[in-house]
Amino acid sequence: MSQEEKKVAKTGNEAFAEAMRQINPDVVAAYPITPATEIVQIFSQFVADGMVKTEFVPAESEHSAMSACIGASACGARAMTGTSAQGLALMWEMLYIAAGLRLPIVMAVVNRALSAPINIHCDHSDTMGARDSGWIQIFSENVQEAYDNLIQAVRIAEHPDVCLPVMVTTDGFILSHCLETLAMLSDEQVSQFVGPVPNRTDLLSSLEKNQPITIGALDLQDYYFEHRRQVAEAMVKAKRVIALIGDEFAKLSGRHYSFVEPYRLEEAEAAVVVMGSSTGTAKEVVDSLRASGKKVGLLKIRVFRPFPEEEIVKALGKVKVVGIMDRADGLNAVSGPLYPEIAAAFYHHQSRPQLLDFIYGLGGRDVPPRDIETIFSDLLEVTSSGKRNFTVKYIGVRE
Amino acid sequence: MPTLKQLASRKELFVSGHRLCPGCGAGVVARQVMMAIDKPVVVGCATGCLEVSSTIFPYSAWNTPWLHSAFENVAATISGAVAAYESLKRQGRIHQEAVFVAFGGDGGTYDIGLQALSGAAERGHRLLYVCYNNQAYMNTGIQRSSATPLGAHTTTSPAGKVIPGKVQFSKDLASIMVAHNIPYVATAIPGRWADLVGKVEKAVACGGFAFMEVLSPCRLGWPHDPALTLEITRVAADTCLWPLYEVIEGKYRLTYRPKEKKPVSEWLKLQRRFSHLFKPENAHLLEELQKGVDIRWESLLKKCEAA
Repeated sequence: MSQEEKKVAKTGNEAFAEAMRQINPDVVAAYPITPATEIVQIFSQFVADGMVKTEFVPAESEHSAMSACIGASACGARAMTGTSAQGLALMWEMLYIAAGLRLPIVMAVVNRALSAPINIHCDHSDTMGARDSGWIQIFSENVQEAYDNLIQAVRIAEHPDVCLPVMVTTDGFILSHCLETLAMLSDEQVSQFVGPVPNRTDLLSSLEKNQPITIGALDLQDYYFEHRRQVAEAMVKAKRVIALIGDEFAKLSGRHYSFVEPYRLEEAEAAVVVMGSSTGTAKEVVDSLRASGKKVGLLKIRVFRPFPEEEIVKALGKVKVVGIMDRADGLNAVSGPLYPEIAAAFYHHQSRPQLLDFIYGLGGRDVPPRDIETIFSDLLEVTSSGKRNFTVKYIGVRE
Repeated sequence: MPTLKQLASRKELFVSGHRLCPGCGAGVVARQVMMAIDKPVVVGCATGCLEVSSTIFPYSAWNTPWLHSAFENVAATISGAVAAYESLKRQGRIHQEAVFVAFGGDGGTYDIGLQALSGAAERGHRLLYVCYNNQAYMNTGIQRSSATPLGAHTTTSPAGKVIPGKVQFSKDLASIMVAHNIPYVATAIPGRWADLVGKVEKAVACGGFAFMEVLSPCRLGWPHDPALTLEITRVAADTCLWPLYEVIEGKYRLTYRPKEKKPVSEWLKLQRRFSHLFKPENAHLLEELQKGVDIRWESLLKKCEAA
């Protein structure tokens, strides 16, 4: 670990706000929403106290917050925001536009269930709804990861091969409001790591050079497809860049991040795939089952977009049965959203596990170890019987 | 105030080659507004006729930095651009002075964009918002908006056997903007270019959020003889249906008083969307519209006298 690091106790929202202070963006435009409110609240105090150079736009809605970020980013500014659930849903139109215009906006998203019924607690239905928007999506297991991910997100978004917006998530209340130990880099370290905004073709520089550009033109049948193809290519290239920035960040912090994190998968016969804060609970369960001689493990997905297909196949190819933990429902009469992506990843591989889907924790429903034990018990039964009796099971729900 | 000759010698920022209809008011409005600004300008545009017709990739009629993101949010988008400018200027990362202008039609301004407009006006970003008001959703094919006048036939307020066109008066958006206590609000028409140009100059110099609303004839939606585009706006001002005034720091000032206030029917008869109003059974609607125009005009005169 670096000498300059200091350990502090911070909630997820505080960690996001601190990372934003250290990143010191040119523009922040945001609108409050539970449980993400504190991020912008704390940050506006930094602005009021002159601790950052940021121009703060207290927008009148999330739609306008993202629109303002788009305007700022199109002018060459480093722009950031934060939101959750309904706020992200209201931004939906603008998410696609931010990505389509190739604007490297960085957003902290606190995962929260989408209405109705209205609920303020964690699940992943909000961010799963944005999975095809062209945003890079990075999920955090704990407060440390949230902080580290947000700092890396700036570099990933702005890399000339990428130029795509990035959202970094925490789980609502579970991470956003819980104090954890956070190893913070120094302001100088973060400032040096993110560096100056790389040159892009933007409105203000085009004005200064007297070479005016038009951003957001109408693309008809003859150009739209090519431009969307470029977005797709940028998402492919983002994989290399995410790895590159991860390595660079590891040198700085001693903490290394990859697309996925395998945990005790050696010789595992059954494993779960999990995202976000439930990973910690699932690791505990894996440890206790391993202690009793069960060959189990888990795979955490950190980067959901771009989807780490190769890494998932490599990590789980030899596992007999895999349970996919979906903290959102797909409402497609088949499964949650993570399941089909993993199933598709394995389709062309000879050696592939049996897959089962478990939808859990909707609306902040507690995820105690016993629920994950139930999942493993189902998986282990399939390993011994070889028979898979269901595709999807709802865990922890009264029905 | 520059002379016409001086204006004509300025570099054109909105240039020919766009694909607006012959006789469209929006292109004339955009050209006059851009000519009036003798400084570097960044333009934002809401989705609408002006946007789709002037920037069909890979072409652009904008000889100045230009941005479009969506329909309902040009005020929010351009406010982010202004925030970026303020931030980068303060940090010494840019040195160029710049003026920011947003264009939105009445759909993108009166209706779907009203929230973003109100938010940006309240926050007080230094920019000029220009609503080119053609009194309906012309880009999607002439549907009613809250700027459509009483009695007008549109495709969603058609003149039918039972309902004679739009049954409501238009919203008074300029008053709504005045209520935001912004430093400058004005109405204008492309048919009186000197009035329009003078107002744009004041708007840009006002140091805060400025709002202008310009009547913009639509030869397909109103529809009218495309040769009469500018004349039809002058008749609108002469009937007092579209009075020309400005509100500086809350103080109203009439900038054009017709020598003779013409009956509103003079304006209506130039456009086919009102033709059904001249049937005997709709005489009461003509009367109602005239009365509404009279009341609004009298009320405006009182505000101007009070100031």
